[in-house]
Amino acid sequence: MVEIIVLLMSAILVENFVLMQFLGICPFLGVSNKLSTAIGMSGAVIFVMTIASFFTKLVYDLLLVRFGLEYLKTIAFILVIAALVQFVEIILKRFIPPLYKALGIYLPIITTNCAVLGAALINIQREYSLLNSVVYGFGAGVGFMVAMVLFAGVRERLEHCDIPESFKGLPITMIAAALVSIGFFGFKGLGG
Amino acid sequence: MKALKTITNGIFKENPTLRLVLGTCPTLAITTSTTNVLGMGVAATFVLVMSNMIISLLRKQIPDKVRIPAYITIIAGFVSIVEMIMKAFLPELDKALGIYIPLIVVNCIILVRAELFASKNNVFYSALDGIGMGLGFTLALLLIASFREILGNGTWFGMNVTRGAIDPAMIMILPPGGFIAFGTVVAIINKFSVVKVRKTGCAACTMGCPTNCSKEVEA
Repeated sequence: MVEIIVLLMSAILVENFVLMQFLGICPFLGVSNKLSTAIGMSGAVIFVMTIASFFTKLVYDLLLVRFGLEYLKTIAFILVIAALVQFVEIILKRFIPPLYKALGIYLPIITTNCAVLGAALINIQREYSLLNSVVYGFGAGVGFMVAMVLFAGVRERLEHCDIPESFKGLPITMIAAALVSIGFFGFKGLGG
Repeated sequence: MKALKTITNGIFKENPTLRLVLGTCPTLAITTSTTNVLGMGVAATFVLVMSNMIISLLRKQIPDKVRIPAYITIIAGFVSIVEMIMKAFLPELDKALGIYIPLIVVNCIILVRAELFASKNNVFYSALDGIGMGLGFTLALLLIASFREILGNGTWFGMNVTRGAIDPAMIMILPPGGFIAFGTVVAIINKFSVVKVRKTGCAACTMGCPTNCSKEVEA
């Protein structure tokens, strides 16, 4: 139990996907300018990442390892994730319409989100068990949400600031992200 | 003439990293040292050229509705080849780049070029476009990495260039330094060019963007 909590905390804070490992930067910069879209997007990411961690681990253990095809893991994972996202979309649309309404528009672009594939690959690289993989996937998703929500607040403030002409837009967003990232350094050492 | 233009287009006018702001993840993650960048640049360029060529050859065969999954599968195939070659011949570089090599699959640059260029042009120009984009990506990353490595470690390609004249600022090779270096380089380029980079990220998604994504377009 303790091990799982430590894993969860380290996935959320110490190894924050966006600010420490640079995974999922595109949506981080693209949809973090409003709090509501930031929450919708990261909700979808948590959802897909948790399920994807489970299924990619299963596919790796039951199919790839058994038949000695480990070198195909990149192709296999990206196809599993793409199929899964489609599948989740269909299921949500049919059975849980409110959730589909909230997350629907964000689902298709998650396929090419490197955070989802990154989590799957890290799970394999570190030889996590099935349970740990799911916990890590979920934690990484929550970490993504923490970064997105924090940063959405920062960006809403940035809108009203007087910024030097050449720093407007992307550059100042990057500098702000650097400052938030420095803040996350405070968590280093947490959880050993 | 058109051939030369296709190549330089990727390096200057539509530089994938600094102008189109695509593939930001590897840009920030592996620019801690210039040696890493060379490895990443060669790997990404290889995948870009090969996948552009194959997709261009198959552009009339791939049905429109399943084109994105088809592109991703083709790209993933070449990434796996690169992965295996690196593991076999350059194990140290493979370790340094870690999961960012398999993550070339989801690098937006490659998918975007497949969608915007290779699916509409012949093999020859698609290959040239791949070379141009690959070079543009590598040069941009090299610029950012030089900035980070010289300030953060006092070295460039492993050579000691500052000779202890300045104290290395550790933060530049840590994650926050990636954001600072990228932001500053784009700002400097903005200062000296007519067309400003205002876009943030979402030019990246080829599959349709959520609502207010692409509001900030180039001025």
